[in-house]
Amino acid sequence: MRLAVLVFAACLATTALAIDSGPAFEDPALQARYDALVNELRCLVCQNNSIADSNATLARDLRREVRELIAEGRSDAEIRTYMTDRYGDFVLYRPPVAPRTWLLWAAPALLLLGGLTAASVIVARRARAARNDPSTLDQDADPS
Amino acid sequence: MKTSILRYLIPAASFALLVAIFVKGLGQDPREIESPLIGKPAPAFSLESLGDPAWKVSSADFAGRPWLLNVWATWCVECRHEHETLLAIAKEDRLPMMGLNWLDDRALALRWLTQLGNPYVSIAFDPEGRTAIDWGVYGAPETFLIGADGTVLKKRVGIMTPEIWREEFLPLLAKAAKAP
Repeated sequence: MRLAVLVFAACLATTALAIDSGPAFEDPALQARYDALVNELRCLVCQNNSIADSNATLARDLRREVRELIAEGRSDAEIRTYMTDRYGDFVLYRPPVAPRTWLLWAAPALLLLGGLTAASVIVARRARAARNDPSTLDQDADPS
Repeated sequence: MKTSILRYLIPAASFALLVAIFVKGLGQDPREIESPLIGKPAPAFSLESLGDPAWKVSSADFAGRPWLLNVWATWCVECRHEHETLLAIAKEDRLPMMGLNWLDDRALALRWLTQLGNPYVSIAFDPEGRTAIDWGVYGAPETFLIGADGTVLKKRVGIMTPEIWREEFLPLLAKAAKAP
């Protein structure tokens, strides 16, 4: 039982600890900004991790840059620009809304709209067919 | 009649479009990310020389003519693979090549050069990786071509091969030489 408690505590400890040995800032407000930034910056070495999750050397170095830029008093927007000036929009998990990303941002809405249009056309057509010849409705509902 | 053709044509066309998009995606290397530095002034640096800490190696050293910056490290396996090509490029003597030794150990790096040969005119030592971040480096080896006016003309991520040198770098170099 004691062992189980220890194992459980150990599991908790690993999730509670950040990837670095301690928090970046003592001030909780700065720490919150740091956490938000490192979680939305992509690690370019292991591309499906944020720099907060990645153990890669580059991620570690970029966390250091973010920490130092915050300490220098730069704003979040300035830090994001600092990163995109060097690594491009790819480094942002949330790309900016710009003419070249309009299609990307609009895609979910466009796909939903397309699906709704297709669905309403089909429903309308079936309703019309059912009004003209009620037997087709029975066929659709019960193929046997 | 017309609707029945459409009923098959629309799904078939959408499917073909989807396949075309996937095929195109498969042909791309996700590691190759376009650098925002292309066409912009090369980021400035002044670092210790790998061979002599008292000597400074700077991004302005080759100002006024085109030059190469090659990012390498002894922990980088692919750097060893491209080393032959770098030596061959150095031997052509078209333009100076600077090395940027990234997150490395000085003694190991110097031993590497003694063993494999040195294609670089000078080597900047960047053990903390700060200059590398300014250049948007994310995976060695990387090779930059910088024009005579100090703008970044080209970036190659991954190993340099004789084919890539001939087909992607030399034409840019020739174009830059022709421009006033």
